[in-house]
Amino acid sequence: MLVLSHLSKTFNPGTVNEKKALRQLDLTLAEGDFVTIVGSNGAGKSTLFNAIAGAFFVDEGSICLAGEDITFLPEYKRSRQIGRLFQDPMRGTAPHMTIEENLSLAYLRTSRKQSAFFSRPTRKDRQFFAQQLSRLGMGLEDRMRQPVGLLSGGQRQALTLLMATIVPPKLLLLDEHTAALDPATAEKVLTITKQVVADSKITTLMVTHNMSHALELGNRTIMMDNGRIVLDLSGEERSGMTVPGLLELFKQNAGKNLDNDRILLS
Amino acid sequence: MPTILSPTAFQTALEVGAIYSLVALALFISFSILDIADLSTDGCYTLGFAVGATVTLAGHPILALFAAMLAGVCSGFITAFLQTRLGVQSILAGIIVNTGLYTVNLAVMGWSSNLSIYGSDTIFTLTKKLSDSDFWKDWHELFLLCAIVLVVSVLICLFFSTRLGLSIRATGDNVDMVRASSINPVFTITVGLCLANALTALSGCLYGLLNKSCDINLGTGMVTVALASLVIGESLVGKGSVRRRVIGVIIGAVLYRIIIAIAISANIVPTECFKLVSGVIVAVAIAAPQVKKMAALQRQKLAAKAKGGQ
Repeated sequence: MLVLSHLSKTFNPGTVNEKKALRQLDLTLAEGDFVTIVGSNGAGKSTLFNAIAGAFFVDEGSICLAGEDITFLPEYKRSRQIGRLFQDPMRGTAPHMTIEENLSLAYLRTSRKQSAFFSRPTRKDRQFFAQQLSRLGMGLEDRMRQPVGLLSGGQRQALTLLMATIVPPKLLLLDEHTAALDPATAEKVLTITKQVVADSKITTLMVTHNMSHALELGNRTIMMDNGRIVLDLSGEERSGMTVPGLLELFKQNAGKNLDNDRILLS
Repeated sequence: MPTILSPTAFQTALEVGAIYSLVALALFISFSILDIADLSTDGCYTLGFAVGATVTLAGHPILALFAAMLAGVCSGFITAFLQTRLGVQSILAGIIVNTGLYTVNLAVMGWSSNLSIYGSDTIFTLTKKLSDSDFWKDWHELFLLCAIVLVVSVLICLFFSTRLGLSIRATGDNVDMVRASSINPVFTITVGLCLANALTALSGCLYGLLNKSCDINLGTGMVTVALASLVIGESLVGKGSVRRRVIGVIIGAVLYRIIIAIAISANIVPTECFKLVSGVIVAVAIAAPQVKKMAALQRQKLAAKAKGGQ
């Protein structure tokens, strides 16, 4: 589904601030894979996501999504196939537009042809939005005419998730999308995430700082350090793994302890 | 007791208010929705008249309106191109285009600083011929203008619920979101500014046709006048759905003209001070929330001081 080969990216090359964010990184995802990513500070997790989403072009290597080479496709063209959630719940929605308008935009941009500029949501579409909103269990289906700016962070993040997946993308990138939420809301958004991803069988990459989430969620766990993938667990090896075991493996492979000041071990 | 506003003055205020509401709608699109201060409005307004009047003189009164709008689209496209592709700051892009348009307008008007269309068929004289009644003779201009404003506002409301319209609104509301979704902000800003400038040019064209003659300085200060209408409208109806805000903008423009007409006819403000008054209205209206905040902070400070002194 997603094939990354020899990805490299260096920021500020030739200066004292030179930073090799990605070093010859290879990664292949099968269709329906749900991969969790953990790593130390500055390991290149967000850079990896930015490279896949197209926020910048990589220096070396290629990116293939569903058989199509998207290495030099601009960001806005890729995002028809790639859904993305950020840590900041404010980034994914337009605050002065209503819930319905935000959903319409997300739906129309992916469900219709690129040239259908003047397409508008039909009554049936609106019923579909309400039905989708009710799946979140937050009562948002009764508030469709309200501006999104009135929602809480958790509600906005859940809405963003719905917008990213209302037409299932080929790839979903979750960049610590629950890290800015309070623990109870974070659990709720995570539950919704699991459900949505499982229902539509979306190939997903998720960065997390919660080690137990990294092992519980999905079918594969990747650990990154210094722009490389140092550990790739799946299958039986992963199902028998514990958090201390994971940390030990990281130490063996990366040659150092996992130094991340935001890591949650529980 | 003298009347505050004679019926004719009131009728004129409504007519000009209807015309101004189109520029106000243009600024509603560029300033409120896209969050871009497009300062090419003044030049574009005159451009609309210059092009519209020239085409009218050539004997195509209906085509004139569309030609004026097309000229506005071109002007908006250049402003958008400068800021989206060439990295010119948005305010500067508007100013540059505005300056350049002065020469363009002179050229369109045949290198003369004023243009008269007396005697030729305009969209207004065509409407007048529809009926012979005295009532129609007096009111046909206002009816035509209201019809145009109605059509334009219905189209705007419909447009902003389409995919493209929603994308334009999202561009002004949350650029981060737009970049992460499949919307090209360069495209949405360009379409938005083209649309806004088409309305500005249409407005200038109608004003010129109604007055039958205008000069090169027709548009001077229009951006401030339109902003005044916009802030009056927004403070009256607040921020709600697009439909509500469009109605607010139109009410604001008409109300602004009526206020100005009253101020002039009652000799509160001499005609020469008209532009200063619009400037003050805009400055006060935009500054009001900040002043309110400062006043609240001062009150809080005083209250805290009084409490501490006990």
